[in-house]
Amino acid sequence: MKIGVFVCHCGSNIEGTVDTAAVARASMDFPEVAYAEDVMYSCSEPGQEAIIEAVRTKGLTGVVVASCTPRMHEPTFRRAVERAGLNRYMLEMANIREHVSWIGKDREANTNKAADLVRIAVEKLRRNRPLTPKSFDITRRVLVIGGGVAGIQAALDCADGGMEVVLVERTSSIGGKMSKLDKTFPTVDCSSCILGPKMVDVAQHPNITLYAYSEVEEISGYVGNFDVKVRKKASYVDWSKCTGCGACMEKCPSKKSLDRFNEGLGGAPAINIPFPQAIPKKAVIDPQFCRQFIKGKCGVCAKMCPTGAIDYKMADEIVEEKIGAIVAATGFDLFDHSKYGEYGGGRYPDVITSLQYERLLSASGPTGGHIKRPSDGKEPKNVVFIQCVGSRDKSVDRPYCSGFCCMYTAKQAILTKDHIPDSQSYVFYMDIRAPGKMYDEFTRRAMEEYGARYVRGRVSMIVPKNDKLLVRGADTLMGTQVEVEADLVVLAVGAEAATGSPQLAEKLRISYDKYGYFMESHPKLRPVETNTAGVYLAGCAQGPKDIPSSVGQGSAAAAKVLGLFSKQKLESDPQISQVNLARCVGCGKCVSTCPFGAIHMIDFRGQEKAEVIETVCQGCGICAVTCPQGAVQLEHFTDNQILAEVEALCRF
Amino acid sequence: MTEATYAYYPGCSGLGTSIEYDSSSRAVCRALFMKISDVPDWSCCGSTPAHTVDHVLSAALSARNLALVESMGLDTVVTPCPSCLTNLRTACHRMEDAAFSAEVNALLDTPFKGTVQAKSLLQALIEDVGLEMIAASTVKPLTGLKVAPYYGCIMNRPPELMRFDDHENPVAMDRILEAMGAEVVPFPLKVECCGASFGVPRKDVVAKLSGRLLETARELGADAMVTACPLCQMNLDLRQEQASRAVGTHFEMPVFYFTQLMGLAMGVAEAELGFDKICVSPARALSLIGSPASKPEGRKATSGGQA
Repeated sequence: MKIGVFVCHCGSNIEGTVDTAAVARASMDFPEVAYAEDVMYSCSEPGQEAIIEAVRTKGLTGVVVASCTPRMHEPTFRRAVERAGLNRYMLEMANIREHVSWIGKDREANTNKAADLVRIAVEKLRRNRPLTPKSFDITRRVLVIGGGVAGIQAALDCADGGMEVVLVERTSSIGGKMSKLDKTFPTVDCSSCILGPKMVDVAQHPNITLYAYSEVEEISGYVGNFDVKVRKKASYVDWSKCTGCGACMEKCPSKKSLDRFNEGLGGAPAINIPFPQAIPKKAVIDPQFCRQFIKGKCGVCAKMCPTGAIDYKMADEIVEEKIGAIVAATGFDLFDHSKYGEYGGGRYPDVITSLQYERLLSASGPTGGHIKRPSDGKEPKNVVFIQCVGSRDKSVDRPYCSGFCCMYTAKQAILTKDHIPDSQSYVFYMDIRAPGKMYDEFTRRAMEEYGARYVRGRVSMIVPKNDKLLVRGADTLMGTQVEVEADLVVLAVGAEAATGSPQLAEKLRISYDKYGYFMESHPKLRPVETNTAGVYLAGCAQGPKDIPSSVGQGSAAAAKVLGLFSKQKLESDPQISQVNLARCVGCGKCVSTCPFGAIHMIDFRGQEKAEVIETVCQGCGICAVTCPQGAVQLEHFTDNQILAEVEALCRF
Repeated sequence: MTEATYAYYPGCSGLGTSIEYDSSSRAVCRALFMKISDVPDWSCCGSTPAHTVDHVLSAALSARNLALVESMGLDTVVTPCPSCLTNLRTACHRMEDAAFSAEVNALLDTPFKGTVQAKSLLQALIEDVGLEMIAASTVKPLTGLKVAPYYGCIMNRPPELMRFDDHENPVAMDRILEAMGAEVVPFPLKVECCGASFGVPRKDVVAKLSGRLLETARELGADAMVTACPLCQMNLDLRQEQASRAVGTHFEMPVFYFTQLMGLAMGVAEAELGFDKICVSPARALSLIGSPASKPEGRKATSGGQA
């Protein structure tokens, strides 16, 4: 083998603390190294051309690049050696930036360590052999999990691109949090008026299959070929017959079911269609409150239903779908303000959440769009808004900024003045964070045109006083204490990851952070991808976002899916496990440890042997270390190669 | 040395201004079969001034007492006074740091090994004895009495240090009093400051803050306030006329220690509960539950001008 070594300066990133020329000189002494040089930027076009040129003129058969992490540029250099006429797997990288120059300041020690890393790479490369990827077919269908605005956008864009879409939503209607909003900032246009048409498009699109009131049960397979099981929860109403007329709701004698759409502000009948624009507009029975289920007799809805759609004996149903790519758009949940004892902790009826206030403002809400406080139905005059309830607060484990609360509070202050002209709004805030287009102008309008009084400081306590609430806080700009007698207090509750996010992440085999938000592949350059091929993210499942960002990311995820599906076939990574049939004793240990189900037992000349399903294998290597016989070897990470690396490092 | 389960730290006020808290606490422990034994030769915890001057000296004062508890062979010390509790707990916490602990132990004859935890009597009652036992020991329920439990600002705070109950809306006393038959009003100012030791330099501040507490309790229809802190009790009770003047009204709100009411409900002899030590007459409140102590023997606050 004739090996070429290219040591990258990475500008001053590496050269600052590593003598790259010395590393190149030292490399010349390593076995089978025929050529070595240091390069200013090996990933640049001239840098790559230099590698290609050297391969051609010096007749190299393998290349080592000592530079940054392979996660950043391994594909780049693989393409370069391929252009030079070599097999792309005849390349090894030594990470002398993250592992050397960025972590140590001692130039001499760094130079020695870099040379050691190059020696390791050379020893590994000497045992590489050309690999050829296999290609496999793709199922051109996409699963979108979550029917909020991000999921809707992703589903519509994929469907418009000609792909078949399966949209799974766990509540009985799509629309998500946005459908509960009255108006949107900073344009103050009606939320359901701009979302409604999109929801209808989902319902009518020939390429979209909508499973509402359903949850993803199980996911197996790999990019291009996922097998997904979806649990359609029992609604106790035959949706093929239900016309959404609502006769059942009117006559239902139980009105105590939790009105989830109105954030618990009013009671709902036990059989319920959440809101007039619901998609699908179908009824669902809540068995916790239905008298037929509790007492075993009632049946009013069944008698009232003109189409005979009620079915008390319905059971959950599992449907299986073949899927090629997945978009996770599961959204967020609101912070539970009962953790704040000083704000009443859920004890005072007139201390409500921002989303509850949104329902009070909405014409389709429980008060028909009239602001009435929950305790006595009176119209409030003094409304106090408290920001950062459950965001930017380490004491409740929510140190992050939810990002949209400043804006929706300004919007609600404006709407309050519109609804009740003689009202006065107070906003207690920490900072105003309004960085979007027309955002800062909007918050200023709330202060300047609508006269909302912004007080910079936190509220220390809310105390009921007669029929009012005494809100005590600090004005940190004035350096004084402030007391406001409020008729209604609205808490700008922050966002947190949707319930069940970690569990779904486990099913999807993607990472999530300590708060339960899904992790993107790279925070800057791969913001909609995950580290699992074929799984993409959209909306607040990744972290709090406002509507424009959620819609933008929904479209971005759709673009990624369409890009993936534009290929005729996908290539599998050839760095996978191989079974040496002569050594395999058929113990089956590898089968039980493989997390991807990529190994199965076969009958080979009358003996049981293990076999790797190449397209399923992810190259993790667990089987290789499990095998007691050493019969399973991971291509390019064989026992021999790893031992050679260790020996190169311990050569003294 | 003893078969006690808890070491008992009465604190300076327990033997002085709040002797009725101390005696009723002992009586309640006895009635509930909680075995307590006084820390021998205990000294002052440093109270409010020590920690404002020197953390090491302050911790040494408490650590001396904690080391005495170790010598008793016990691992838990209870105290009725939240201020003593704060000092004991803070010392325990700070002594976890080896360097700090070395500095403190250098000042002590017997080093503190760190095997003791401090609990308020309230915490020991609700967590170790339990509400069931408390309810079961009730012989004269407090039925008919509406009370406003007031915890003061340091019984549960800072939460990282105290790790007991909710620091904004504590309920331990509420639960105990309910278990014994009293009606508990939803008192929203449970953890508001009464003015604490500002009574000396800024009487006006204390009068205003305590006045607000008394006013809120009265508005909610409480017959009495119930406290767990000697200083809170003193500000609300002894200074009630000052508070009345500050708010422009006249309060007649008896302010009990929760152990006094517990003792009453458990049938403890009233001589041990020290109702006669309370300035504002508890006669009316006690008559609501038909107690013999209802005869007007409580002393009336003599002068609002003192202190």
